[in-house]
This record gives sequence, C-alpha cells and structure tokens, in this order.
Amino acid sequence: MALESKLTTMREAMARHVPSGSMVLMGAQLEQMIPFAAGHELIRQGRRDLTLVGPISDILFDQMIGAGCVSRVMAAWIGNVSAGVGYCFRRAAERAIPHRLDVVDYSNFTVALALHAGALGVPFMPTYSTLGSDLLKKNGNLREFSSPVSEERLVAVRALRPDVAILHVQRSDAHGNAHIWGSLGVAVDGARAARKVIILAEEIVEPDVIASDPNRTLVPGFLVAAVVHAPWGAHPSPVQGYYNRDHAFFSEYHEQTRELAHFEEWLTRWVLRPAGREEYLNLLGAARVEGLGVKNHAFSAAADFGY
Amino acid sequence: MATRSDAEIAARGYAFSELMVAAAAREIADGEIVFVGMRLPMLAFLVARRTHAPHAVGLFENGVIRETPSPELLYTMADPPNLRGATQCGQMLDVMGLLQQGRVNAGFLGAAEVDRFGNLNTTWGRRNRETQRLPGSGGACDIACLARRTIVLLVHDRARLCERVSHVTSPGYGSGNGWRHAQGLPDFSGPSAVITTLGVLRFGADGEAYLASVHPGVSVEEVLANTGWTLRVGDELVETIPPDEQELAVMRELDPNHFWTR
Repeated sequence: MALESKLTTMREAMARHVPSGSMVLMGAQLEQMIPFAAGHELIRQGRRDLTLVGPISDILFDQMIGAGCVSRVMAAWIGNVSAGVGYCFRRAAERAIPHRLDVVDYSNFTVALALHAGALGVPFMPTYSTLGSDLLKKNGNLREFSSPVSEERLVAVRALRPDVAILHVQRSDAHGNAHIWGSLGVAVDGARAARKVIILAEEIVEPDVIASDPNRTLVPGFLVAAVVHAPWGAHPSPVQGYYNRDHAFFSEYHEQTRELAHFEEWLTRWVLRPAGREEYLNLLGAARVEGLGVKNHAFSAAADFGY
Repeated sequence: MATRSDAEIAARGYAFSELMVAAAAREIADGEIVFVGMRLPMLAFLVARRTHAPHAVGLFENGVIRETPSPELLYTMADPPNLRGATQCGQMLDVMGLLQQGRVNAGFLGAAEVDRFGNLNTTWGRRNRETQRLPGSGGACDIACLARRTIVLLVHDRARLCERVSHVTSPGYGSGNGWRHAQGLPDFSGPSAVITTLGVLRFGADGEAYLASVHPGVSVEEVLANTGWTLRVGDELVETIPPDEQELAVMRELDPNHFWTR
C-alpha cells in the first residue's frame, strides 16, 4: 500500500500549519539540527504572537524575538551558546523592543518533563528539581505538592502540548517516518507531545530505507503533518553526518546584532532578502558551505534485522 | 573567562583561567560520573580524564554519555565530534534521570553571581546599576538541585560574589543551616566548591562559604576586598596548587588558540 505523500515546500508547510498565535517547539535537539530554515520562513511570512518552546535554541529564538514574531517564550536558556548573550532577547526582556515579551523560565530538565508529560498524556510529571529556586516561585507551570506515596515534597511540572513541533532530521520518507541520530535532546517526547509535527529533512528517502532500521525511526509518520526537503536547513547549527557547526557564524551574529540597527541589517541580509534556502546558501558562498562539509565519514555497523 | 595577559603568563607560566581549569579537574576523582557543561569545565573534564581520572564518565544534557575525550575542541556539547565515538547518544531525560537518582558525583556550573551560601544567579544580572536579562538556567538549576557535588567557576569581583543573589536560578544552601533539607532537596546534594580567578571557596557544615585556598601571588586581603560579604577564612587555608606541566600540555593541546582560556 502506498503511503500518502506529505511532501511540501517550506513556504506551504509554514503557511498551512503554523498560524500566528501558535505554540511552537523548536530546538528540541539542543545545539544540533535547529530548524533555522523554518524559523526564517516564519519571519518572512510575518508571523506574530508565537509562543516558543524549547530547552535552549541557540540563536534561533533570539532572531525570531528580534523579528517581532514572539509574544512568549517558555525555555531554559535563551542566548548564543558559543558567544554568550542574545541581544534581541535582552532588548525584548529588558526594554520591550520590538514589543513586550513574556518569559517563562524553565530548567532543561523541567522542559523535558513537561514534554514527557505531554507525550504520556498525563497532566504533570514529578521531580525534585527546582525546589528552593526562583524558577519554582515564578513559573506557574511548576507547582509544589506532597507525594501521595512517600513523605516528600516534589514539584509537579505541568504537561506542555505544543500546537506544532518543528524537527530537523537527517532523513525521512515522504510519509514522515523519520530517522534521527546523534543529539536527541527532547525530540522524541517533543514529537509525541505536539499536536502536529513538521519534519524538515536533509534527505528524502524511500520507505524501505527507514523500515530497514526501525530503532532509528524516532518519529513515526502518522504523527507528521508535513515533510519538507530542507538540505542545509539547520545551518549554522550542525547535522551529524551532513555538516558541521559554523562557529564563526555564531560569533559574527553576536558582533553584528549588539545594536538594534545592526540587527535589522543582519535580518534583512540573511532572512528577509533571500527568498529561500537556496539564496541563503548562495549568500553564504560555495567555499564556506564546502568547508563545513563532513571530512571524515564514520558509518555505524549495520544491524541485522533478519530472522 | 579571565583576561589573558601575556606578561602574566610569562611571569607565572600559566594564566589564571588555566589554574582554574586545573583546580576544577582535581575536583573529579577517577571513576566518577560528571555532568560536564561547557567552556572551562569541559576542558577541566578532559584534563582530568587525561591525567588522574582516566575512568571518569561524562554526561551531557543533550543525552550524550562519553567515556573517551572528544577528538576535537568543542564549542557546544552537541558539536559533531562529541557524538562520534560516544558511549551512548540518548535523550535528555536519560541523563537527567541519572542525575535525579543521585548517580552523578559532580556537576560544573558557571554563574553571573554566587552568594555566601552558594546560591547562583544566571537569570537577572546587575551591571553598572543596570538590570540585565541573562540567558537563564539551562541545566544549571537541575544540576545545583540534584548533583552530589556542584562546583562553580567564575570571575572574582564584588559584584559577582555578593551577599545575596538577586534571583536564585540555582539553589545552593539557601540561607544555610538545613535550608536544602527543608526545601525537599535531596540530602546527598549541594555546592562543594567555588573556583574563582583569585581562590577556592568551600562550604562549612552550616552552608556558609569560606576561603579554602588562594591562588599563588594573591593575598587573602585581595580576596576579601573583592568579595561582597565578610568572607570567612578557613583554618587550614592553603595556596592553590598551580597547574603542572602535564595539565598545561593537555589543555593547550585541546585549546591551542586559547578560545576558552583567553
């Protein structure tokens, strides 16, 4: 039986599945496979009033906040991992530029537990983490309670069910059965907690490639609403086995976004002016793209699923 | 972290950031399970592995468990070299579960501010009387709550080492004297050392920090003058042991351009 193809363009996937006001999970795999191409398309389409969810996001959340797409962020860490702070996040949190931003502070573990609860279909998950912290005092989705089975106080982390999880993966079939390897972070729970999943894949492969290694199928296609072929869509973040992290790009972003006017120039150059990822890559230049490619491939041993 | 002055290095043979890395490495015992973090702690973990703690196991918040050093310098824990040859690439909950079980011996953290009871702030900072929004907890609050020992690294000045942090991102000993227990935090957990650019602070049974060692060439008076509360001086105050040749060789091999130890 041929499975329904969900292949579509980035423009169409974002237009159809991520309206203004959505709660969107991005950056689930931490510093790898961050869906920059999707975030840039949302900026170009002028999305507003988004709630961003993720443990950390490196500079993608900073860009979307600076572009005015975001009214609330529910995350553990917002900045530039290798370079330091995110200036757009700071401007928004400190001075409401470009507008007011509601920041709901989590820790990494409590983001993971919120998505795990969502994935399990229960209202909360318990933890000892955040006891005694100001995160617990200020984040209404973290509530202290007494354990019903022991003499302990714990924190109930309220389930999160994002409207959509945007995941960048190594390969997927047209139905959305997706292989991810390397840095998983909260991607598996994130895909199950979300009401919809959009897969951005470096490669679109035949279903039998995916079915040959089902342990690596971390997102089953029936959860997926759209599949986009998005080679280099995670740049400047890395994709294991496809390309490396463009460390210089993160440093340059740090230097070039310190002042609001400079951020606006950066945004025009790298996001608003390029119509899509192909023009973005042209802007990056063939030599830089080539330099980020995998130099030493390291294939895993084949696993025998025979019987 | 600390400013790397060529004159200073020529005179001493090492930068204070390199001394901090060596001091941090010595907090790791062989065979221990360590929540590594990035920047100086990452280097410290690699130095420990290559010197006195060859069987230390590194955990990373993206779900990675490593028993061998990454083949290249890392800028983030999810850089491709950190995944190649890893023991396991699991999910965040896998490593956080080990942490919550009490199986993680040591966790390393940076901070914008630390106070006399080891509470950390990485959420709202104060610079030149302005309030600055900082990136937030990441996994720091989780590590501070759940690791058996938490080791903090930061630059030593009066603004950063303050009487009371303005925001408790990651709890230390709270207000001291049984505070952690009263909050419900695991009894096995809590801050163990604060390694600064001037010395090393440890904590008494009452949860208050004391000066345990000063770095070579630093006076106790200098430490006290740069601390935002009246810091107690330990009865057995010592001088921090400088990095030895082997430790310096490892950190310079791993970070040849001093990206992290500038």
